[in-house]
Amino acid sequence: MKHARIRYQGQVHEVVVNAPNSVKLADGRVLAEDQVEWLPPATGSMFALGLNYADHAAELAFKPPTEPLVFIKSPGTYTGHNQVTWRPDNVAYMHYECELVAVIGKTARNVKREDALDYLAGYTVCNDYAIRDYLENYYRPNLRVKNRDATTPVGPWIVDVADVPEPNRLKLRTWVNGELRQEGSTCDMIFDIPYLIEYLSSFMTLQPGDMIATGTPEGLSDVVPGDEVVVEVEGVGRLVNRIVSEAEFFRIKTQHDTQRAAKEHA
Amino acid sequence: MSRALHEVATGTLFGVALNYQGLLRSHLESFTQPPYQKPPVKPVLFIKTPNTRNVHGGAVIYPQGVERLQPGPALGVVIGKSTSRVSVENALQHVAGYTIVNEFSLPEDSYYRPAVKAKCRDGFCAFGPELVPAAQVRDPHDLELKLWVNGELLQRNSTANLVRGIPQLIADISEFMTLHEGDVLITGTPEGRVDVKPGDRIEVEISGLGRLANHVVAEEIAAEVAAE
Repeated sequence: MKHARIRYQGQVHEVVVNAPNSVKLADGRVLAEDQVEWLPPATGSMFALGLNYADHAAELAFKPPTEPLVFIKSPGTYTGHNQVTWRPDNVAYMHYECELVAVIGKTARNVKREDALDYLAGYTVCNDYAIRDYLENYYRPNLRVKNRDATTPVGPWIVDVADVPEPNRLKLRTWVNGELRQEGSTCDMIFDIPYLIEYLSSFMTLQPGDMIATGTPEGLSDVVPGDEVVVEVEGVGRLVNRIVSEAEFFRIKTQHDTQRAAKEHA
Repeated sequence: MSRALHEVATGTLFGVALNYQGLLRSHLESFTQPPYQKPPVKPVLFIKTPNTRNVHGGAVIYPQGVERLQPGPALGVVIGKSTSRVSVENALQHVAGYTIVNEFSLPEDSYYRPAVKAKCRDGFCAFGPELVPAAQVRDPHDLELKLWVNGELLQRNSTANLVRGIPQLIADISEFMTLHEGDVLITGTPEGRVDVKPGDRIEVEISGLGRLANHVVAEEIAAEVAAE
């Protein structure tokens, strides 16, 4: 089963997703994919992996890590399926990263690899965009590269663990304007999901709604305003996003903020 | 009193590293070498995940197998009104108030990679005892910070020595990400971090904001207590 969070007529709903991407509200109403605003399906912290595919590490001229390279994202950077992400003005390189995401379903501390999947709510997909112009060698990748407003599309939904019998044999693909640009398989991950849950929970508590974004394979390229970027993990989901300019993003954002403020005061 | 603070400050905890002049200066020479190549251009930020939240009077667990643990006295800024792309001049209008933060960490030998293992352990971010409204703090850039361990004063500095002041931090950060109502900005820990041990009582005092007290408990003992 697939579970999503959507906004419809100003209300946030937890919904079940059926083919062909229609959603069913708790009260039984059924809505089409384009009738709803898709929200990130989870809102905890995101533990994102750098250099977790050997081919991608090589692409960036790095030796594969011997311990997971983890960086953290906070909820402000998430956005949902079919939303927009902004490319800042005057940058040379903004790239997508198609990733399989494991969503934590129950509190996890000192979990062993063998038991790790019991702690999952399911899987989703993210597009871990980066603005490489802003890379600095301090806590790299730094927040200005990876934790920007609405720059981490997540979704469209969470798929139950039981519906993904072989999470380490999934094809990852990214299309830009319909052209296939990135292709890989989760079988090339250096540290797999059970390992990562054991690793993280060995020194901290993972909470329901936290996510582990497991890294991306090779095949990065620049994206610009107007591009439609689709990241897909086979059997999990296909997450669509459109790049807009800085000016357009902040125009839309101001509009939304004003509308929301008006509603709150109404 | 600390209840109100933890009801308001429910957002993301953003830390700023290397934000004391003395600390930054002590590293400048190494920051021209690999892997850094050049000193930081923008604020050096990190995230303390929600599991790190701790309160005034709370126990801080000394993890098993860890050799050194260090408190991190810091001024905390609680965001009162969400803000995106605010100017330096208008930044302070978005501040609800101030509090004391003790940002615990394992020692950092390197600033190259995110310090998740060092900084994101359960209970490693104590803050309190209360939220002091912004209007009651005359100058947040002229506050004395003191760290006591078992009653002995071991670290002392002033927010006058911040590399970037609070308006500058809010402007720089909100340029690329919204600071939301309830987010907390941890403005930095000064140079001279000290080691603490299980059994130690740690207090951080900031002028006008009170005193934040925590005690360190060995993980083994904390586990025994929990099991009883």
